Amino acid sequence: MFKLVKRLTSVVAMFAVLFTFTTETMAAKKSKTLKNTQKKGFVRCGVSQGLPGFSNADAAGNWTGVDVDVCRAVAAAVLGDASKVKFTPLSAKERFTALTSNEIDILSRNTTWTLSRDADIGLTFVGVNFYDGQGFMVRKNSGISSVNDFKAGVSACTNLGTTTELNMRDFFNSKGIKYEPVTFEKADEVVAAYDAGRCDTYTTDKSGLAAQRIKLSNPDDHMVLPETISKEPLGPVVRQGDSVWEDIVRWSLNTMIEAEEYGVTSANADSMKTSDNPAVKRLVGAEGELGAALGLDNEWSLRIIKQVGNYGESYKRNIADTGILPDRGPNELWTKGGILYVPPAR
Amino acid sequence: MENRGITFGYGFLTQESSFDVQFSLIEYDGSHSYFRAYLVGLLNTILVSVIGIIFATIIGVIVGIARLSNNYLIERTAAIYVEFFRNIPLLLQIFFWYFAALRALPLPEKAEPMFGVFFLTIKGFFIPAFVWNNLDIFIYSIIAAIIAILFVRLYAKKKQENQGIQTPVLSISIGLLIILPLLSFFLGGVDASVEIPVIEQLSKTSFTFKGGLKLPPELISLALALSLYTATFIAECVRAGVQGVSKGQKEAAASIGLTPNQVLKLVVMPQALRIIIPPTTNQYLNLTKNSSLAAAIAYPDLVLVFAGTALMQTGRAIEIVSITMLTYLTLSITISIFMNWYNKKIAIKEK
Repeated sequence: MFKLVKRLTSVVAMFAVLFTFTTETMAAKKSKTLKNTQKKGFVRCGVSQGLPGFSNADAAGNWTGVDVDVCRAVAAAVLGDASKVKFTPLSAKERFTALTSNEIDILSRNTTWTLSRDADIGLTFVGVNFYDGQGFMVRKNSGISSVNDFKAGVSACTNLGTTTELNMRDFFNSKGIKYEPVTFEKADEVVAAYDAGRCDTYTTDKSGLAAQRIKLSNPDDHMVLPETISKEPLGPVVRQGDSVWEDIVRWSLNTMIEAEEYGVTSANADSMKTSDNPAVKRLVGAEGELGAALGLDNEWSLRIIKQVGNYGESYKRNIADTGILPDRGPNELWTKGGILYVPPAR
Repeated sequence: MENRGITFGYGFLTQESSFDVQFSLIEYDGSHSYFRAYLVGLLNTILVSVIGIIFATIIGVIVGIARLSNNYLIERTAAIYVEFFRNIPLLLQIFFWYFAALRALPLPEKAEPMFGVFFLTIKGFFIPAFVWNNLDIFIYSIIAAIIAILFVRLYAKKKQENQGIQTPVLSISIGLLIILPLLSFFLGGVDASVEIPVIEQLSKTSFTFKGGLKLPPELISLALALSLYTATFIAECVRAGVQGVSKGQKEAAASIGLTPNQVLKLVVMPQALRIIIPPTTNQYLNLTKNSSLAAAIAYPDLVLVFAGTALMQTGRAIEIVSITMLTYLTLSITISIFMNWYNKKIAIKEK
């Protein structure tokens, strides 16, 4: 009798093991990146070398920013802990190579989504977490109040190897202005050179200008011109060829945005499980089997919202409260006059 | 690579580059091809390397000889210079000279003219440029002068071997170098006028210079940092070379009635050079390779333009890095072949 019970339990245990094993490997089998990440126990995330509001490390080495939060959301979804992320600071030049050569699994580094990058070099953009555009910073006392005031011979400082460099040429060419591009590899040197007077203007994404302005010796002496000369949709990137991983990152980001849309925050996420709205219940995993399709458990989205917060919370914490861009502009929800619009999670 | 969705090929080199470069020796803008952008970077690398090598050699020889001076002050100053500059990482020195230059140099509107026509400003060193008519004839006249000088030298050598009479080769050479180009002005219709940089206002508070030739501050500080750094090593090579010639040689040379100048020129230097050249070759190679640090301070060299911007815009890392590596290899091998040839030329010829 005792023997029989023992045997029965072992058979049950075997089945249990087999069952969990099969459910786990369904998606993990499909996604090498997911399997590796779960084996390693951390998400490998490529970020910038320091752009306040997007990805910036404090003195203690803690990374914060909206780009950082995307990686944290993925860690919360995949590993259950938003802190299990290994950040790799990358220059503009290194970023794509780091991703395609398997050094990192997500590139969340204020990277503009363009056709050639998406299609040509083994990358896939999964979405947009910040709608930006290129602008110009000038000295207030220069008397330049619009991009139409630039004259031939103007020198412009910027980062090398970015879409900024190309937009700048398109812009000045269309105006027929001969200009002098001064391009640096690191943002800190761009700021230093512009600050010293080497350049008449500093051009990059407007969010970047707002963030870097704080680093100037007299931030109040400088201003960002009102015009925006380009579209810069910034978003996270993954390697081509792992569609499950791509989906996980895409929907981790979408979850944050949709959570804001439905008013689910890190504080009230748990209580939303009993919400009357089925969309909200699906979002926090109280209804449906959405996690299984991604090879995750059903609480994946709840963990993202609880541990990282929704998009609005992330924006407020990193960009608005730090004084970088208090006005959300296009990065407001579509329901509130912005262009943030994500497909429904169902 | 196929697994990762990366395509491979060098076809991109003919595509339009669509980015601009701040300083270029050949005509270039974004409508030219990536290959032309590569040439721009390569020429800029060669330019800063050549400037660096020339100045490093001049400073190195002076400091190296100063280190052998009997004057305590001169000897110590040279020693301190060598120890100081060779023991600080080059990248830091480049940053120092660049940002020091940016801090110290005046804005264009505040720049004091040097000799009335040179303007050293934060936006660059503006110098007068020559505007030429019939430049080719002028260049031919210089080539003709050089060929004539070679003949004079050959003649002088023969004369000394046959009759033992020395010819003042140096004065004749200088004379030829001046007279032939001058003739081209009067007879060949060569005409040169000077274009002086003029200040121009860009906005209420920002100015720049127009006309003339502009050397960007990045080039100046990079060349300065490279030559000051490499000169310390060359100085040590020179000192080692001169000290390597035994004292008896000098005394023997003096005892047969050679003047101190002749002792240096005919006895010491030929022997010292044999010791100096091989390690100096290394330094030239180092300088050329170190010039790739230019990317840190926005000097558009090969690494910044091609392995930087072009790589980023095309995403073709493997192709571009391989081309860049091959280019540096070729540059280095060319320098080393030339130096080896020179070394062989001055080596002891045992008959």
